[in-house]
Amino acid sequence: MASSYDYDDHQQQPPPSSDTSYDPNYVPDPVKSFVVHLYRHIREKNVYEIHQMYETSFQTLSDRMFKDTPWPSVDAIAPYVDNDQVFCFLYREMWFRHLYARLQPTLKQRIDSWDNYCNLFQVVLHGVVNMQLPNQWLWDMVDEFVYQFQSFCQYRAKMKSKTEQEIALLRQFSQAWNVYGVLNFLQALVDKSMIIEILEREKEGLERFTATDGYDYDGGSNVLKVLGYFSMVGLLRVHCLLGDYHTGLKCLCPIDISQQGVYTSVIGSHITTIYHFGFANLMLRRYVDGILEFNKILLYIYKTKQYHQKSPQYEQILKKNEQMYALLAICLSLCPQVKLIEETVNSQLREKYGEKMSRMQRYDDEAFALYDELFSYACPKFITPSAPNYDEPLVNYNQDAYRLQLKLFLYEVKQQQLLSGVRTFLKVYSSISLGKLAAYMEVDESTLRTILMTYKHKTRVVDNDGKLISNADVDFYIDEEMIHVVESKVSKRYGDYFLRQIVKLEGVINDMDRIKLD
Amino acid sequence: MGREVQKQPQQQRESYTAEQLVALNPYNPDILPDLENYVNEQVMLQTYSLDANLCVLRLYQFEPERMSTQIVARILIKALMAMPAPDFSLCLFLIPERVQMEEQFKTLIVLSHYLETARFGQFWDEAAKCRHILEVVPGFEQAIQSYAIHVLSLTYQKVPRAVLAEAINIEGLSLDKFLDHQVANSGWILEKGHGRGQLITLPKNEFNHPELKKNSADNIPLEHITRIFPILG
Repeated sequence: MASSYDYDDHQQQPPPSSDTSYDPNYVPDPVKSFVVHLYRHIREKNVYEIHQMYETSFQTLSDRMFKDTPWPSVDAIAPYVDNDQVFCFLYREMWFRHLYARLQPTLKQRIDSWDNYCNLFQVVLHGVVNMQLPNQWLWDMVDEFVYQFQSFCQYRAKMKSKTEQEIALLRQFSQAWNVYGVLNFLQALVDKSMIIEILEREKEGLERFTATDGYDYDGGSNVLKVLGYFSMVGLLRVHCLLGDYHTGLKCLCPIDISQQGVYTSVIGSHITTIYHFGFANLMLRRYVDGILEFNKILLYIYKTKQYHQKSPQYEQILKKNEQMYALLAICLSLCPQVKLIEETVNSQLREKYGEKMSRMQRYDDEAFALYDELFSYACPKFITPSAPNYDEPLVNYNQDAYRLQLKLFLYEVKQQQLLSGVRTFLKVYSSISLGKLAAYMEVDESTLRTILMTYKHKTRVVDNDGKLISNADVDFYIDEEMIHVVESKVSKRYGDYFLRQIVKLEGVINDMDRIKLD
Repeated sequence: MGREVQKQPQQQRESYTAEQLVALNPYNPDILPDLENYVNEQVMLQTYSLDANLCVLRLYQFEPERMSTQIVARILIKALMAMPAPDFSLCLFLIPERVQMEEQFKTLIVLSHYLETARFGQFWDEAAKCRHILEVVPGFEQAIQSYAIHVLSLTYQKVPRAVLAEAINIEGLSLDKFLDHQVANSGWILEKGHGRGQLITLPKNEFNHPELKKNSADNIPLEHITRIFPILG
């Protein structure tokens, strides 16, 4: 197993502050002013100002005043916001998010955070929320919810270091971060928001959702709808963490990722969606689908990353960027269709993984070690969702889920190890007899037949409609004793390109029409 | 918890099919017994539902103490029968490693390996050794035979009789009968090979006759075109 595999979340956590000067009940003036203004903007549905305060002021204050202590407690700020219940849930959600990012949460805090999510989602699901919140914030809620679930599973699985008190708490609060609860909340948000129906109706032109980025300009609230929308991405991610790639992709289905959508309106959501979509397709052997989507998003990140430099997500963006290059390297090693990726992405890829990729083609022990290394570096942080049996001897099982996925992935790589050799020969012949090729490859004829059939089987995948799709760049057929080679041409998809340009041109013409010349 | 949304009164539940249960309550532990029955029903009636079976494995993953290895084995055998679809791997991704170490599952994994790498001879030898596991599921042999024929027809325009015989594990008179049936029903053609015995021409498809491949790569779905209707209008 790769020793470089980093199973700890985020970066190195600073040790819990020994600074005893933190008083949860003390509210400094800047915080007072922050909550008062944020509360007012939320009541006035001023999305722009909410977004500014959420993205900028919260970060600035955190950096300046709460670098290694939590924010003031919710009880301390409540009097400044009319003790507004929903605002307090939102504040606590941010409070815990800040704590998770900068400090090590205790078990009690993990449980309290779960409780807060239950309260928050419960009010949203019962439709009593009439706010309009920025997409960034709503995405962060879903994202953090899934992250804290994953973090909890990792934490619980490290049983060896648990104190008796912690185990007693785990037993007592067995519902906290329970996998059924997590999945059912996400599913309930999807169902209650009717988001799948909304997206369907939008296709028929009966509804506007994507066009307004999910916001409601008719006085309604966007909270349930957009949370429901992002929950589909959340479900994809949870299912990937569980190794259930088929179900994950099914949950994402209502979102058409070949188009722009609300998921692309927030960079974090865009990256999370494509990363998990691509990874799931890699595990399903649908390499071409993975390659195409990785290519698109890596190009997008390459072109836009300078605009995110100041964003709190910048480091995460860079990390996912690197991981997706590693996944792309794996996909292209198993399915060498370099024509599918753009020149910029290709040259970045060569720079990062060119040398490793050429060694991965050799399928010796060193090559397997490289597949192992790249997979371990780039895979999601798999979890075991069930609680341990606390009466049995306590062992750590936090690596079990990861080891299983890695093992099955390497198993697949091994099944494909002879294919790259046969591909090399097929590339240089237009036809060759079985006997001759067997001699070149130093195998007997019947083994060669199985290799050729394996090639056919492994380069074909069954798509969602049950149709067989070829991922092969070089194909062949056997007529009696002769192998006839066919180089398949990758046809560029001009259709989509023209469609986009037509829409773009129309936009330019509209803009020009609006300009009034004196 | 969010689970309440999915609970339904007992008597009402009876009227739901297993597939509907999965679609409506994918994360409800209470549907497990119904789904386990449904696995047995699939075995008996020779039907198949990947989604329902993945749901069973998911519930086992959430509550390992409820796992029935007999049901897991049946799901895995059904998944082998679904080849060339990748269902067997999809199932393995959800089954804990210590369970996969059990003898019967190790055997099934070996069988899957032979099928994935098209080593049909070895597959049939191994399958013969573990009949007791496989014969519980009717239709197993036929399902694997049709997978073998599927792979052969991706690869060959004309396949030697001996290669076919090994892949589907039928020989002699039974093979003659099988071939007659395929000639009559599936458009197979038999001819004399060049000194090497009979040759069988398999039906044409876009993979063994690449010229048949339609250039479908640049088809644009109607819903994409509808986006420019307002502009064209």
